Amino acid sequence: MRDLMPDMPSRLEISDLAIERKGRVLLDVPRLSLDGPGPTLILGPNGAGKSLLLRCLHGLIQADRGRVLQDGLDLTADHKARQAMVFQQPVLLRRSVAANLDFVLKRKRLGRAARKARIADLLAEGGLDGKARQSARSLSGGEAQRLAILRALALDPETLFLDEPTSALDPTATQAIEAMILRASARGVRIVMVTHDVGQARRLAADIVMMQGGRVVEHGTARQVLEAPKCQASRQYLAGWLVT
Amino acid sequence: MQNFASEFSRATQLVLTGDPDLWAIVVLSLQVSVCAVLISAVIGMPVGAALAVARFPGRRALIILMNALMGFPPVVVGLLVYLMLSRSGPLGVLELLYTPTAMIIAQTVLVTPIIAALTRQVVELLAEEYSEQLRSLGVSRLASVPTLLWDARLALVTALLAGFGRAIAEVGAVIIVGGNINHVTRVMTTTIALETSKGNLALALALGAILIGIAVAVNAMVSALTLRAEQEGLRHA
Ligand SMILES: Nc1ncnc2c1ncn2[C@@H]1O[C@H](COP(=O)(O)OP(=O)(O)O)[C@@H](O)[C@H]1O
Ligand SMILES: [Mg+2]
Repeated sequence: MRDLMPDMPSRLEISDLAIERKGRVLLDVPRLSLDGPGPTLILGPNGAGKSLLLRCLHGLIQADRGRVLQDGLDLTADHKARQAMVFQQPVLLRRSVAANLDFVLKRKRLGRAARKARIADLLAEGGLDGKARQSARSLSGGEAQRLAILRALALDPETLFLDEPTSALDPTATQAIEAMILRASARGVRIVMVTHDVGQARRLAADIVMMQGGRVVEHGTARQVLEAPKCQASRQYLAGWLVT
Repeated sequence: MQNFASEFSRATQLVLTGDPDLWAIVVLSLQVSVCAVLISAVIGMPVGAALAVARFPGRRALIILMNALMGFPPVVVGLLVYLMLSRSGPLGVLELLYTPTAMIIAQTVLVTPIIAALTRQVVELLAEEYSEQLRSLGVSRLASVPTLLWDARLALVTALLAGFGRAIAEVGAVIIVGGNINHVTRVMTTTIALETSKGNLALALALGAILIGIAVAVNAMVSALTLRAEQEGLRHA
């Protein structure tokens, strides 16, 4: 596993990325480099293009122009295989909890015994031990999202993208998921996560990307962006959230 | 009225005593329809799934055609299969007309569009839900077909049962290509038609009761499966 190699997480870069639809600029990011050691949190109002950016970084959508680089190289199928993504609504297969994990492990061509051991490890990591045989669709919201994260981790990703994974969850469920994310980050997985929750950004982020209207308006360390935002848009966004 | 009552009690007797002629007819009906449904599944499910995930010109037209075939009149299907299998038809050399095989072919033609169309519907919905997640996990569109079919299994069994229900209750096609020959191609529906017209109401009634029983059982299974699928699908819908 990756905890044997506690090196820096892989580096992600964007150069000159743009998406337009019907004459409207949905995404316009001339330059963005994610190479810090801890989790990157992407913040911004609804419709800012956060999900779009995440999908571009993961290669789920092709931008009209520009490049996404991982460790200095254009994203290839091989690179994508070393990324994983967790969606806002967990999409679980209509199978048991264990079968959802096995689905991914089988694709990695692991033997039966190795898969079984790995499933037990993963279930323990997500606090889902004892639920292996339960139907995944019958899990609670928090459990379902934890399983979705475990399934992503089963891929041994270098980069884990998460798109508002806790936006539908209560504080306890959110806390469990944040702990999983921090553990993955400590093992050297690059975390890139979208949230609209400033408190969550405060708890998790090493650096923060602030977006508005398809543009990155600010990127800096969590402390700098939260305490002394340089950009007017970030100040307004943070103020709006801190006041209420 | 007297007559009807006695026919009714004879019908009950036929069923309860396990009359060999009666059961031979029931068994042949089941054999023919189960075979037809299995063959239809082997053809219809991959076709339906392919139509659900593949993108090619003419796809919409194919789907419309398939949906239209679902409502094809059985008598016309019987006629077309008859023409294919008749002595002067393209498959005449096989000498299949008036055999159980001919009836299986006719029912397969009837049921395959049903299973293909229902499979297409179910798999397309599921593919929509799964598509980004599967792509994220590195599963290509076509490679996702087995996953989708397996995860749609409840709905697909329902489709098979619907196909079976149509096959077993159908009379127009099998009477044309089977010929309703005693001890050879006589199935429940064709026997009911014949025996009723001959005035042998007891056998017709007995078969009718069994046919209704089968229909009710199939519908009960469909309801149970639909309920289960809904319960599983409701969460995180
Ligand atoms: N496939 C698409 N086609 C056209 N517009 C899209 C598409 N996907 C997203 N958008 C638009 O792009 C903008 C940014 O969307 P999104 O990235 O989902 O925002 P958010 O920051 O809330 O995640 C929105 O205005 C949305 O309507
Ligand atoms: Mg979003």
